[in-house]
Amino acid sequence: MLNLILAGVGGQGTVLASKLLAQAAINRGLDVRTAETIGMAQRGGSVTSHVRIGQDLYSPLVALDTADIILGMEPSEALRCLPYLKKGGSIVVSSKFIKPFTASLPGSTYEENLIWQCLGDHCKNISVIDGGKICDACGSTKVLNIALLGAASNLRQLNLTLVDLEKAVQEILPQKIHSINLQALNLGAQSARKGETAL
Amino acid sequence: MKQLLMGNEAIGLAAIQAGVNLVSGYPGTPSTEVLETVAKQNDGSIYVEWSTNEKSALEVAAGAAIAGARVMVTMKQVGLNVASDPLMSLAYLGIKGAMVVVVADDPGPISSQTEQDTRHFAEYAKLPVFDPSSPEEAYRMIRDAFDLSQKYHTPVLFRPTTRVCHACASVEVKEEKIEHKPQGFVKDAKWVIFPRLTYQNHIQIEKNLRLIAEDFNQYDGNQITETAPNTKKGVACGGISYAYVKEALNRAQTHVRLLKIGTPHPFPEELALQFMEGLYEILVVEELDPVIEKALLLVAGKHHIKINILGKLDGSMKNAGENSLESVLTAIEDFLELPKTKYEPIELPPLPVRPPVLCVGCPHRASFYAVKKAMKGQKAVFCGDIGCYTLGNAQPLDMVDTCLCMGAGITIAQGLQHIEPDAVHFAFIGDSTFFHTGIPGVINAVYNQTDLVLVILDNSTTAMTGHQPHPGTGKTMMNTVSPKIDLEKLLLALGVQSVKKVNPFDLTNAITCVKEAAQTKGVAAIIFEAPCISLFKPEKKYQISDSCTSCQRCIKELGCPAISKDSISNKVVIDQSLCYGCSLCAQICPAKAIVIGGDKSC
Ligand code: SF4
Ligand code: SF4
Repeated sequence: MLNLILAGVGGQGTVLASKLLAQAAINRGLDVRTAETIGMAQRGGSVTSHVRIGQDLYSPLVALDTADIILGMEPSEALRCLPYLKKGGSIVVSSKFIKPFTASLPGSTYEENLIWQCLGDHCKNISVIDGGKICDACGSTKVLNIALLGAASNLRQLNLTLVDLEKAVQEILPQKIHSINLQALNLGAQSARKGETAL
Repeated sequence: MKQLLMGNEAIGLAAIQAGVNLVSGYPGTPSTEVLETVAKQNDGSIYVEWSTNEKSALEVAAGAAIAGARVMVTMKQVGLNVASDPLMSLAYLGIKGAMVVVVADDPGPISSQTEQDTRHFAEYAKLPVFDPSSPEEAYRMIRDAFDLSQKYHTPVLFRPTTRVCHACASVEVKEEKIEHKPQGFVKDAKWVIFPRLTYQNHIQIEKNLRLIAEDFNQYDGNQITETAPNTKKGVACGGISYAYVKEALNRAQTHVRLLKIGTPHPFPEELALQFMEGLYEILVVEELDPVIEKALLLVAGKHHIKINILGKLDGSMKNAGENSLESVLTAIEDFLELPKTKYEPIELPPLPVRPPVLCVGCPHRASFYAVKKAMKGQKAVFCGDIGCYTLGNAQPLDMVDTCLCMGAGITIAQGLQHIEPDAVHFAFIGDSTFFHTGIPGVINAVYNQTDLVLVILDNSTTAMTGHQPHPGTGKTMMNTVSPKIDLEKLLLALGVQSVKKVNPFDLTNAITCVKEAAQTKGVAAIIFEAPCISLFKPEKKYQISDSCTSCQRCIKELGCPAISKDSISNKVVIDQSLCYGCSLCAQICPAKAIVIGGDKSC
């Protein structure tokens, strides 16, 4: 059984990334359950997707302390989901912060280095991905989610290969954006392999 | 073949395969995708409509059902309140084809104004109800619901909750599809409800409910799914809580006798008796009201069974909010006296807060701002309604003083006006909500000569639930175009004193119109017309030039998510990737520092 949490901000494609993972797992003949917690916010709110792969699954939600992997589209959102991560779990996270819409209003201060520190204190297997760089290389800000999936494919626990994910991308996304997303997937995988931006 | 389906998609697909002929509904989270799935997969043989409200939806479907069609109606739980008038009566009148009323409940609540329980409504309305525990089960149960409806000539309620509606699962999808051809309407006195008919049908309904209960005793949606010979304790549950209980038992590596209830009404009494046999204590795990718990208490009382039943009534389980894996695990560990799973709390540093706010460039922001400016220093109350614009309550706009239910802003404002005639009362309502239940309130104000400023926020869509068309948009779910309903003409015909159509982004004009309306006796209406940003792409972007004095007025008064103060340079900046070019900030900047930028590439 594999439990994943995908954490991001509304508009980053968190839910789509969970769909791709689920499809890749189904293609492998595995059973899947997924769920989202989105709340009322349309854009800019926290979005958490739960993905569970394997036999004998009942709940669509992952329990606290049981996630094998957290995929963070944004560092503070990854940290928000830390209570889900089990001991020895892994985190793949994009390095770029997204300022909340309310950052300019009083009462919403946070410190980026404290967030990194806390992530590092609680998880030993973190790959930090320079998502911005990959998006630049692909020429679209929209492929960050896909780049992270690529990076995650290097994790042994995931049990899904880059090829599995490529196939899911081709099945689910419209044809005209296949090449750009396949590129993001591969760049994500490479950057994580190189570990170029490890903490 | 297994397919990844959302619970709502599974319901829609199963209805198509069950030979549904007509589907009607009103959008509402978490039910909306059911009807959308049918519309998307429709081969043209099914009539699908978004109705103006749930009452209309149910009545349209009732008409088709008494002509022998298989019909489905979809809504969220509070929508059932609106549709309850026809449904209560239809339960007595009965139908000829089959009718499944999908009502999605929302424990939590996650996006609703009540935590009402449709299982209770089923009991009250004397209707059978199905309560699926997963998308797969929802897929299987829909066909059973149609069949049961047809067998007993009764509407059937189908009540999934958010965690079933919006969860996805790999569902084994069948290929075959039933073809159902409606017989057509046959004139008969039985379709006209009179007291005498109601009395006779009431007798039959009570008989049928007993028969249905017997069917339900055998039904595989109701089961004793686990047994444990050595314990005298059992757990009873239904809906998504079944998933949590199974998961908790797996995690605790233990077994108990486990009763799963998939049809809470009429209650499968025989099965419950079997379940209780030899037990001395039961924990009931369910969300919202203690429906299963009370049913078990009743069975125990009726049969003089000595048994402890723990749940919401004795405080063992919480009676508000949704269950979670963790809360159910803790409850099961307590109940079975198992060692407790400990969660080591992690101390997190301050994290960015991301509350729901109006989108960048949202026309509602401009409308609220215009009214706020126009009424500055005057006594005014702002009644809100249900929709994206409820978010106008957030800082810095702070423009929603009341919100109750669909369409209520217009009438609440009237009540307030009678008690506080010296204040100006505004009612803000979106276009879709106005068509839903806003119109009778306007007639009420005109008829009773109540002073009121009606502000219709016309963004040409139903934004909150994901952009469904409605009577003002002229598009339908059958992909046809119908004449748009003209709000201005409609209001004038109702006898509204003055009706002004204004673009809220023309701020000066908008403020003037609001001031005039506030002076008008009787009902004055302003229609703020500007499309929801999801309906178009931005043509220009605004930037902040060097003449900015950092007064921060743009930030503090508007709260547009694109504008912020850069933490490093300390300058006020507009995020070019976010700005929608609405121009509102440029219009209020005292230094005229906000100008159209050259960069259109993002
Ligand atoms: S309102 Fe104008 S001057 Fe004031 S901070 Fe905003 S851009 Fe600068
Ligand atoms: S023009 Fe100003 S108020 Fe409008 S979207 Fe852009 S930054 Fe926001």
